[in-house]
Amino acid sequence: MKKQLSDKFYKEIDRLRPRYPTNQALLLPALHLAQDELGWVSGDTMDEIAAAIDIPPPVVREVITFYTMYNLKPVGNYHLQVCTNISCALMGAEKLLEHCEKKLGIQAGETTRDNKFTITEVECLGACGTAPCVQINKDYYEDLTTEKMDRILSELK
Amino acid sequence: MAEKIVSKYFYNKEAAALSFYQKDGGYSAAKKALGMAVDDVIAEVKKSNLRGRGGAGFPTGMKWSFIPKDSKAPKYLVCNCDESEPGTFKDRAIITYSPHMLIEGMLIGAHAIGAHVGYIYIRGEYVREAEFLEHAIDEAYKAGILGKNAMGSGFKFDLYVHRGAGAYICGEETGLLNSLEGKRGEPRVKPPFPAIKGAFGGPTIVNNVETLAAIPWIINNGGEAYAKMGKFPNSGGTRLYCVSGHVNKPGLYEFPCGAVTLRELIYEHCGGIRDNRKLKAVIPGGSSAPVLAAHEIDIPLDVEPMAKAGTMLGSCGVIVIDDSWCAVKIIKRVTHFYAHESCGQCTPCREGTRWMEDVLHRIEDGHGKMSDLDLLLNVADNINGKTLCALGDAAAGPVLSFVKKFRHEFEAHIKGGKCLNA
Repeated sequence: MKKQLSDKFYKEIDRLRPRYPTNQALLLPALHLAQDELGWVSGDTMDEIAAAIDIPPPVVREVITFYTMYNLKPVGNYHLQVCTNISCALMGAEKLLEHCEKKLGIQAGETTRDNKFTITEVECLGACGTAPCVQINKDYYEDLTTEKMDRILSELK
Repeated sequence: MAEKIVSKYFYNKEAAALSFYQKDGGYSAAKKALGMAVDDVIAEVKKSNLRGRGGAGFPTGMKWSFIPKDSKAPKYLVCNCDESEPGTFKDRAIITYSPHMLIEGMLIGAHAIGAHVGYIYIRGEYVREAEFLEHAIDEAYKAGILGKNAMGSGFKFDLYVHRGAGAYICGEETGLLNSLEGKRGEPRVKPPFPAIKGAFGGPTIVNNVETLAAIPWIINNGGEAYAKMGKFPNSGGTRLYCVSGHVNKPGLYEFPCGAVTLRELIYEHCGGIRDNRKLKAVIPGGSSAPVLAAHEIDIPLDVEPMAKAGTMLGSCGVIVIDDSWCAVKIIKRVTHFYAHESCGQCTPCREGTRWMEDVLHRIEDGHGKMSDLDLLLNVADNINGKTLCALGDAAAGPVLSFVKKFRHEFEAHIKGGKCLNA
């Protein structure tokens, strides 16, 4: 198996190791680090992580499937995570999601052909007072309107 | 204007810096507490009538006192920053503008329970907020506030940020602990409670961000002064109300516990309903709270008055809904959330939430039958109180309340195949 994760990943794992009394506690941080590097977590990456933190490979699969933030298939450079939960819904999230889908020519759950954008419909992001909210990669965009969304999308290269 | 405690520095970007916080008296409470006997710190918090701000409202001082003093296993203090109850967005503001208030509260709490390691479990989506916290913790280490000899007291306290990865259930404290241990975030069977056997098998206290952020004020000003701020017995201090939905001024509002009614919050402080529309309903404590109709909002915002009104204060996520929205559509969306987030351990919740969503779907689409309303109530009843954790109740309560209070809207969908709000 060819190594996919960088030296930086291994160094970071070594830095985090003393924080926890068990190896398995490193799993969520390791998955975040791996996804930051590779954009998603493949089966091979899961096996490499299992070896890196010395836990059985099936445990990685058991755990990763519980959480929604780990991408089990590749996503576009910009991952639009549109909240449609209640507070965002009340402020027009449905329309916003539809607008994004139309504009990018894909449905939620899909990636554009040029691998630039992925849209995912997500649950509450905890930004209800500034709804509707969309998370793009690591950043929140709040108080959105369709016009504001257009501007944001046009600035994403 | 009543004194602001946890929102004192909100929207001031400079306030997050250690230098700013210290100049304003920050960490004086930790200094004081580290010189106090452990029992005295806990007694002060007990006196304050501080109740958990995450949703359950359990008295914080009492929780701390459950930690066994003779435990050989390492003890842990865990901050629950998994803020994911729909309608709730207060913890995010606290860690953005007052990360050191939280760190100071944790240092005091760790001393009180004898924990040398603390974790801040933050929801995975709060990437930037996790970075703010890491930065603040770095500052505190460099200043000797955290580490082997915290503030020169001889007390050792290490504090780490641990990111979640997208799962509502990890806000439940035992689900959170499993997630911290790198497992699926499934809630545990209780007892044993975390105070006896929590993180990594050690005695553990899990407290919400807002709860811990209130601790420095209590140590500085005394538990009695904090208790006195509350308008009702057994509920001291202030709370942050998160208002979202159809009000003119959504946002965060801090008031003494019970000092303001739901009506005053909406009409006097949040500028009333937007676009001059009428109020239809309020979900007062995050989406898990049973709904209140427009005429039911003359209730002081505190734990007991809300419980008496058949709902709950929960996490103070006040979701305001105007009369242009359909009750069926709203409860369908809320129920979809619980079906999505059910961890799947308990059959009544795993199956029941999906059934309720299916039935609500067909009612909204105009394909429902009158017997579907009884079916909904029956399924909700069969979830309520029959699951390991509170997610089941959180899914059932809203459905029961929506059907009870807006039955005519459900019937219009079923009988006429149409929405009264269309």
